[in-house]
Amino acid sequence: MLPLTWDIMVQGLSEVVKLVLLVATVVIILEALAYLILVKWLKLKNALAFMLILPALVGVAILILYPFGFNIYLAFSNMSMYRFKEFSVGLKYGIGNLLDVFRVPVLQRVTFFQLFLRTFLWTVINVVFHVLGGLFLAILLNRPMRGKAIYRTLLVVPWAIPQVIAALAWKCEFHYQYGFVNILLEKLGFQSVQWMSDPFWAFVAVVIVNIWLGIPFMMVTILGGLQSISPDYYDAAQIDGASGWQQFRFITLPLLNPILTPAIILGVIWTFNNFNVIYLVTGGGPMEGTDILVTSLYKAVFEFYRYGFGAAYSLVIFLFLLVFSMIYLRISGGFKGAWEA
Amino acid sequence: MTHMQSQETTLPKTGFPTYSRTRRKALLKSASIHLVLIVACVIAVYPFLRVVSISLRPGVSLLSTSLALIPEGATLDNYRTLIFDKDFTIWLWNSLIVSVATVLIGLLLAATAAYAFSRWKFPGRRQGLVFLLLTQMLPPGMLLLPIYIMVVRLNLFNTYTGMIIAYSVGSVPFSIWLLKGYYDTIPKELEEAALVDGADPLITFYRIVLPLAAPALAIAGLFSFMTAWNEYMMARVMLQKASMFTWPLGFQRLRDQFTTQWGIFSAASVLVAIPVMLLFLYSSKWLISGLTLGGLKE
Repeated sequence: MLPLTWDIMVQGLSEVVKLVLLVATVVIILEALAYLILVKWLKLKNALAFMLILPALVGVAILILYPFGFNIYLAFSNMSMYRFKEFSVGLKYGIGNLLDVFRVPVLQRVTFFQLFLRTFLWTVINVVFHVLGGLFLAILLNRPMRGKAIYRTLLVVPWAIPQVIAALAWKCEFHYQYGFVNILLEKLGFQSVQWMSDPFWAFVAVVIVNIWLGIPFMMVTILGGLQSISPDYYDAAQIDGASGWQQFRFITLPLLNPILTPAIILGVIWTFNNFNVIYLVTGGGPMEGTDILVTSLYKAVFEFYRYGFGAAYSLVIFLFLLVFSMIYLRISGGFKGAWEA
Repeated sequence: MTHMQSQETTLPKTGFPTYSRTRRKALLKSASIHLVLIVACVIAVYPFLRVVSISLRPGVSLLSTSLALIPEGATLDNYRTLIFDKDFTIWLWNSLIVSVATVLIGLLLAATAAYAFSRWKFPGRRQGLVFLLLTQMLPPGMLLLPIYIMVVRLNLFNTYTGMIIAYSVGSVPFSIWLLKGYYDTIPKELEEAALVDGADPLITFYRIVLPLAAPALAIAGLFSFMTAWNEYMMARVMLQKASMFTWPLGFQRLRDQFTTQWGIFSAASVLVAIPVMLLFLYSSKWLISGLTLGGLKE
């Protein structure tokens, strides 16, 4: 047990305050230099804009661009835990790493293609349920009714709970003997399920947890969209004798599109990239049966210490996401309107 | 069925039959909507109520198969053990100072950059905004290895500084988008008037625009605070010393001793989750308009 003493607090605070002041000083120096050079000396047209962006640009360069480049460099190396300081870099390592992604099991059993298929299933099942569940609840809530604010607040709870807590708590509840899921199943006359030792049921378990976590976001987003649709459209449609389904199909869905599109893209990216839920609930097990791409990436790097391979693997995963987003944006017309103003 | 019959008898006999039928239909519809919503609420809230309930269990009945929400012999023992005999307070402290520093640095970088994106039509503006979006797409773990190697080489492993540096830029792209959206809604006439009076554009920004954008700064700050506060993966790689653990690492350790510490883990979860949930519920309205990237703008 480590007590939180006064000393620890003072020490921590002074370290952190020093760091923040250091960063602030660097930012001010950067801006001042940019001001003198770009604005006063060169008198460029957009000098002020570049000066204002400069600190963020430097930050992004150091902590996103440089690591990204370094990651590509690592992909062409044979770095591992044993070769942490003396590793070699070369085209042959890069090609080898890249081929290994598709050729050998990423961890011990599961291959890239199995993982890809599982990630695809994981993403599609989750996002479909998120959107359908969110749409359903949003439509129910989008009317004048008693207790609306209470319902809305309670329904948002799964999103509001810190994900780490939700995942760890659900892991307890999938315990064979003491978790409420099995206790409930038995009370309803079903058999208990081996949630954590059967790969199939473990996958069902993580999907249940993630659906539970993800519906509120879609519900709230869609509800916001529904509320922005003018009731005049529905009045006009009713005068023309449109049925409930027709109104939904030809008024609600098209007018919801500008909100649904970014929400679905975000939902797909978040689900595809969801590390916490799977890693904390099942750890990817049993027998790598619930690993998806991002959890196997983490494990390949930080549990199997295959750094060069992991870097190449992460590039492959990133490319898949990028291509998906590009295609989706092209088809749906994406973020029109976000550039203006 | 009895409910419907009683409805019928209370309606005046002389009323129009069509009227009573539509009314009955409307009542039925409204009742079923409420029923569905109540079931959905129970599903949404029950797992957390279970956590609260388990945190109140006395040690002897920790492993019970009871589903009662208020356990027999409910006690606050688990909370007492958690606060006085575990590293709980130190985990919270670590999380707190790392998160606050992350927010300060993140806002420092994002506030001015977002203003430039909002007010100037410079070449590369659009590409810059798209690039910021793309960074949100990087698989988690992709930059983890290079940043980990950087931090190890700089001897910042197991330090607050290393954690804060690793976190600081993470939420900057989102903050820039959110703040840009907000600056867009501030009328340019305000600044133009000041410029006509001969004020410097930078001073105008600090004196006029920034104070007006205070709500957006608060929301962006809150968002990056929550991101850092709830982060798990980076912390797991960067921190190995127990005295440096942030709460997600500590909680996982508690949960690993499930059969003996379930109650303590649950008590810890309740204490962390309740303030976070309240903050979240209070701020979610603004978060969403930021998340949909101006999609909600009329």
